[in-house]
Amino acid sequence: MASSFFAAKATSSSKLTSKQRVEPALQPWVEKYRPKTIDDISAQEHTVAVLRKTLTSTNLPHMLFYGPPGTGKTSTILALARQLFGPDNFRNRVLELNASDERGINIVRDKIKNFARQTPRAETVASDGKVYPCPPYKIIILDEADSMTQDAQGALRRIMETYARITRFCLVCNYVTRIIEPLASRCSKFRFTPLDSDSAALRLSHIAQAEEIDVDKAVIDELISTSAGDLRRAITYLQSASRLSSSSTPATKIKPVDIQEIAGVVPTAVIEDFARILGIEVQNDMVVDDSPPRVDGRGGFEPIKKYVKFLMREGYSATQIISQVHDLVTFHPTLNGRKKSKCALVFAEADKALCDGADEELWVMEVGLRVNKAVLS
Amino acid sequence: MSLWVDQYRPRSLDALSYHHGLSERLKALAASGDFPHMLFYGPSGAGKKTRISCTLKQLFGSGVEKLKIDQRVFLSPSKRKIEINIVQSNYHIEITPSEAGNYDRVVIQELLKEIAQTQQVDMGAKQRFKVVIINEADSLSRDAQAALRRTMEKYMSNMRIILCANSTSRLIAPIKSRCLLMRVAAPSEDEMLAVLQSVARRVGFDLPPEAGTKIVEDSNGNLRKALLVLEALKMQSPDLTGPLSIAKPDWEVYCHKVADLIVSEQSPARVMEVRTKFYELLSHCIPPTVILKTVAERVVDKVDESLKADIMHWAAFYEVRMRNGNKKIYHLEAWVVKVMSLYKQFFYNIDMSEFD
Repeated sequence: MASSFFAAKATSSSKLTSKQRVEPALQPWVEKYRPKTIDDISAQEHTVAVLRKTLTSTNLPHMLFYGPPGTGKTSTILALARQLFGPDNFRNRVLELNASDERGINIVRDKIKNFARQTPRAETVASDGKVYPCPPYKIIILDEADSMTQDAQGALRRIMETYARITRFCLVCNYVTRIIEPLASRCSKFRFTPLDSDSAALRLSHIAQAEEIDVDKAVIDELISTSAGDLRRAITYLQSASRLSSSSTPATKIKPVDIQEIAGVVPTAVIEDFARILGIEVQNDMVVDDSPPRVDGRGGFEPIKKYVKFLMREGYSATQIISQVHDLVTFHPTLNGRKKSKCALVFAEADKALCDGADEELWVMEVGLRVNKAVLS
Repeated sequence: MSLWVDQYRPRSLDALSYHHGLSERLKALAASGDFPHMLFYGPSGAGKKTRISCTLKQLFGSGVEKLKIDQRVFLSPSKRKIEINIVQSNYHIEITPSEAGNYDRVVIQELLKEIAQTQQVDMGAKQRFKVVIINEADSLSRDAQAALRRTMEKYMSNMRIILCANSTSRLIAPIKSRCLLMRVAAPSEDEMLAVLQSVARRVGFDLPPEAGTKIVEDSNGNLRKALLVLEALKMQSPDLTGPLSIAKPDWEVYCHKVADLIVSEQSPARVMEVRTKFYELLSHCIPPTVILKTVAERVVDKVDESLKADIMHWAAFYEVRMRNGNKKIYHLEAWVVKVMSLYKQFFYNIDMSEFD
C-alpha cells in the first residue's frame, strides 16, 4: 500500500516537472542563445575585460550598466552571476527585479532590504562537479532601473551602503541620466555600446547555423541595418522570419523583403514616391523599366494631402515614415546644408509632438508641407 | 437580429475577402505550433479584430466562440478599486486596459501574471498556451508597457499576447521588437465594393453599382462604416435606386458650419459665435482633435492655395498644445483666432508679424 502511494506521488511529481519545462523549440531564441559565460558576450571588450578580473579576484563593486537596448546588459550580469555562483547557489544568491515586478518604495523597503540583510549561506559543493568561486556576497539585479521612481531610488541609497559587506547591487538601465546622482556615484559605471556590424553578423550566423536555417549574406545585412545595433531585435526578426518561411508551403528561403515586412519598415518605393511629391529629387540608379514615374508634380497642397491620406490608409506608422524620410533627406547628395537643417528642425518637432501623443495624420502632413517649403525655397 | 456588420463578419481565415497573403501567413503560423506574440496595427475599420478572432478560431477550434463576460476588481497601490470588463473563453481572454486609465499598469501586472502562472488544464485543448488579447494597445501608459516587457519573455511557454493598435508610434521599441508585426491596411475601393456586393447578395438584394461606389467613397477606407451606411440606406429606401444622400453625422455638419463662419467673417464678434459652437460640440463629447481636424480640412478647402500650408501648420501646432494642456477650448480658440488673422493679413496685406 505504502509503496504504491509513494510510487504514485513520484510519477505525478515527475509529470509536473516535465510539464513545466519549456520545450526548447518553442523558446524564444533570445533566451535560448543568451550567453552562458561572459566570454561568449559579443563586442563590449572593455567591460568583459574588467569583469573577467573580478572572476579571479572574486571582489565586485556595485555596478551600473547603461546603454541602448539589445546590447547585452542583462545577459552580461546574468552570465557573470552564473559563473560566480554556479547553478545551485544561483537561486538563493541572486535576486532579479525588473519593471514587471512591483517596485515602489514599499518593495525596496521590504523585499530588497530583507534580501540584502540575509547573510549568505556557506558554500557547498556544486552538483555538476565544477568549482565555482562563490564569493561571500549576494547580488541584487535591478533591471530597467530607469523606470524606478525617484523615491524608490532614494530609499536604496542607504541600503546600498549598510549592506555593502554582504550584498552587491547591479543596476541596469537605458538612460543613465534617469538614475539619481547619489546612486550613480556609488556604482562603477559600465557603458555598453551599440554592436558593430561584424560581431552582430558573427552572432547571427552562429545562431542560423545552430538552428540549421539557410541565410544569405544579404538577409544578415538587412537584419543588421533594420535593427541598428540592437542584437535582440535582430535575433527576434530572424526567428520570426524563419518561422514564416518554414511554415509556408513549400518552405521558402528568407528574403530581405521579408525582414522589412516583419520589422514594420515602410517599403522604399513608397518613401521615394512621397519624397518626389515633396519636391526632393530621388535618383534611382536601378530604374530599368521605361515606365513613366508613378507620381510627378512638385509639391502643392492637394497632392501632398492626398498622399498623406494614402499613407494613413495603408496603416504605416508615423514615426517610421518620418525616420525614413529623415534618412533620405540627411543623406541626400544634392540638397544644400541650409535646406537640410530646416528639414531637420521639422523632423525634431514632429518627433516631439508624436511622443506627446499628437495626431499622426496632422503631423505627417505638417512634415510634408514644411519639408516641401524648405526644399523649394 | 444583429447588425449586418456582426452578422456577416467572417468567422474563419478562409472566409476573409482581402489581404489573402496575410491570411495565408496567419494560417501557416497557427498550424506550425510555434506561435509568436503578435501586434496587429492599421487604421480603424480595416479588419484587425476580425483577423484576430479568425486566427484564434484557427488555433483552438470553435471553443473560442463560447464567450463569457466577467467583471474583475483590481486594487491600486493606493487601495482604490478599479473595475475592468473582461471577455473570455476557455482559451483566450480579452482586455482593454485603457479602461483603467492611469492604473492600467496594475491591471496588466496582476492579470497577466495570474494567467501566465496557471497552466492550460483542459487536456483536450489544441494548444498548450492561452492567448491574451490587449485592445487599444497604443493607449497603454509607459509604465504598463514597461511591465509587459519582461512578462512577454518570461512566460512564453504558457501565454501568447496579441496586441491590437491603430499605430505603432506610441508603443515603446522593446515591445515592438518582441512581437511579430502584422500590418492590416485599409481595403482598396474595389475590395470594399466586392465586400458590399457579397453582403448584399447574402441578405438577398442587388446592390446597384452607383450606390456601391458612392458608399465606398464616403466611407474613406473604413469597411465597418461602409457596412453600417449600407444598412441604414437600405432602411431608408428599400430599392437603393435614384439619388442617394448619405446622411452626414450631425457633428460633421456642425463642424462645417463653424468652418464657414470662420471664412466668411473675421471679427471678435465672430470669434464669440464660434466659441459657443465649439462649446456645443465639446459638450456632446466630440473629441477635440476630431473637431479641429474636421474644421481645418473644411477651412483649407475654401481658402487660397498660399494659405493652406500655414493653416495646417497651426492646426498641427495647436493640436499638440491641446494634448499637453488641460483646457481644450483655449487651444481651439487660439487656432481660430490665428486662422482669422492669417486670413486678414492675406486679404488686406497688413503686416501683423509683430503680434507673433
